[in-house]
Amino acid sequence: MQQATVLSGKRNANWGDRIFAGLATTSGVFVLVLLGAIIIGLAVGGAPAFRAFGAFFLVDAEWDPVQELFGALVPVYGTIVTSILALVIAVPLAFGIAFYLTELAPGWLRRPVGTAVELLAAVPSIIYGMWGFFVIVPIMAKVVQPWAIDTLGEVPLIGFLFAGPPFGTGILTAALILAVMIIPFIAATMRDVFETVPPVYKESAYGLGCTTWEVMRSIVIPYTRASVVGGIMLGLGRALGETMAVTFVIGNTNRISTSLFGPGNTIASIVALEFPESEADSLKMSSLLALGFILFVISFIVLAISRMLLRPRTKA
Amino acid sequence: MNFATTALAVTLAGLTWSAQAQQITGAGATFPAPIYAKWGEAAKAATGLELNYQAIGSGGGQTQIVNRTVDFGASDAPMAVDRMEKANLHQFPSVMGAVVVIVNIPGVTTNQLKLDGTMVADIYHGKITKWNDPRIQEMNKGITLPNRAIAPVYRADGSGTTYVFASYLSAVDPTWKAKVGAATSVKWPTGQGARGNDGVAATVQNTPGGFGYVEFAYAKQNNLATAAIRNKAGSFVVPSMETFSAAASNADWANAKHFAVDLIDQAGEKSWPIVSATFILLPKDPKDPARSANVMKFIDWAYNSGDALATGLDYVPLPAAVKTAVRGSWTAEIKGPDGKPVR
Repeated sequence: MQQATVLSGKRNANWGDRIFAGLATTSGVFVLVLLGAIIIGLAVGGAPAFRAFGAFFLVDAEWDPVQELFGALVPVYGTIVTSILALVIAVPLAFGIAFYLTELAPGWLRRPVGTAVELLAAVPSIIYGMWGFFVIVPIMAKVVQPWAIDTLGEVPLIGFLFAGPPFGTGILTAALILAVMIIPFIAATMRDVFETVPPVYKESAYGLGCTTWEVMRSIVIPYTRASVVGGIMLGLGRALGETMAVTFVIGNTNRISTSLFGPGNTIASIVALEFPESEADSLKMSSLLALGFILFVISFIVLAISRMLLRPRTKA
Repeated sequence: MNFATTALAVTLAGLTWSAQAQQITGAGATFPAPIYAKWGEAAKAATGLELNYQAIGSGGGQTQIVNRTVDFGASDAPMAVDRMEKANLHQFPSVMGAVVVIVNIPGVTTNQLKLDGTMVADIYHGKITKWNDPRIQEMNKGITLPNRAIAPVYRADGSGTTYVFASYLSAVDPTWKAKVGAATSVKWPTGQGARGNDGVAATVQNTPGGFGYVEFAYAKQNNLATAAIRNKAGSFVVPSMETFSAAASNADWANAKHFAVDLIDQAGEKSWPIVSATFILLPKDPKDPARSANVMKFIDWAYNSGDALATGLDYVPLPAAVKTAVRGSWTAEIKGPDGKPVR
């Protein structure tokens, strides 16, 4: 009786193993198939646009739904410029946060600040969009931009960067919101990689009389350089694809503006805005899918680089 | 055993009961979504029909009805005739709406500012850039306009509102027609985009010198300053239910194919120039005639008893003659598999 139970239990376990292995394999393969299907779906959907406009699609600044002329230049430009500007703002801040958390903060403060940074990463992007639209945009429109236009805008050579009417929205506002959104990602990665530096290196350096800054510059940064860049790329990847928050504050205009206060557009926001009113099988729909394909390729490259750099270091 | 039978009976009773509240499904335009929801609520009690409407946008609505995945599609812009004929669809209007021009000029109250169509077009062309432009000042002798830049705002998302507004600008300004045209999104020569009616309303409100266009309901509910516009007859009209209805009653419904009547820039002393209808699309050869019949029953109910609800939400009910014509078209156009009219 006892034996029978054990035996049947064993047989069941065998079956269970096989079923589980099968299910797990299916799940694993499913991800690959899904990724492939998305790429193929976007490429096939975008093919009519690529056929109609050729490589010119990438460098054409036109977006005229009435004449059915579409080009990707303005959204691609907006996506890249806002993301790079966001990095320029976010990286020093994130570095400061990570540096403070690993080297300077008293022990009791590390956890609350660290948790707060991680919580920032969990705020839904629509919240950032609304906060940007109702809080940051009025401040930009009434205080920052009028001041900058009247002072920096008059400076020769760089004045064109600060020209135009003070709408409050625009490239710079979008970059600011993006920066706030990607700081937690970059800061958390930097903190984690800073902590991988073996204490013995740092202690040796301190023992030789180095200051905290010298330890950071000569020991921590060189040891973690690749991973830090990986973390920055991770933030860049997030900034490239951000949709809702950017749509709220960028001004949504299909023109390239040289001013930081000028409105623009990003790939993700133009797709979100134009998709619902596009007819199936129209050239417009196809152009939007082609834009999606371009964004996919850009993000894929950025994230692949980030993965590569974030690989756990192997000792040579 | 006994318990199980009872449970089964109860479940079956529940199923048959819920089947009695008959579902109709629709998808499409966002502009009429609030009134469809309101009608759906009220019609459920009156007719037993339960409306499930998804506001996915006019483009999506057209696609869904072409693929026959919903009982009816809804579209703000009339559907392209060749596409509609190819998909064998019947189109008719459900309700109308008006688009108004909103302004944010310090010191200028609602309906105080007067504009004509070419001036509105020239503001979006970027030809008129200041509020104290001689042309605007000439038309508004009584008020002092500030030397402030005009900040034009438009809908950044594809929308029926933009289609209606751009159609108006195309009708009154030949340059607009040649250079920009009308569609659910167009290539705006100047200004900046905001998302949705509420986005445009908020941006104009936040920007001194702001100028934009929204559905009438948004201007009214948010107390935005609207502008009076000179209509085809040459008189300045302010947005109101009276001027909207005047435009609808002056339109030539009888000769419009597929009811795609042009309500833009109608003649008549009192006609508001920017009015449009929103449309319903039904298959002419429904696979399930009962469901199409239910859609018509629902619309018939809305035509008969839904006008007060519509005006309550600032929509414009159709003229009675148009409703009669639509009812007639159902019998003529929509046939079941047996060749007999569905309704």
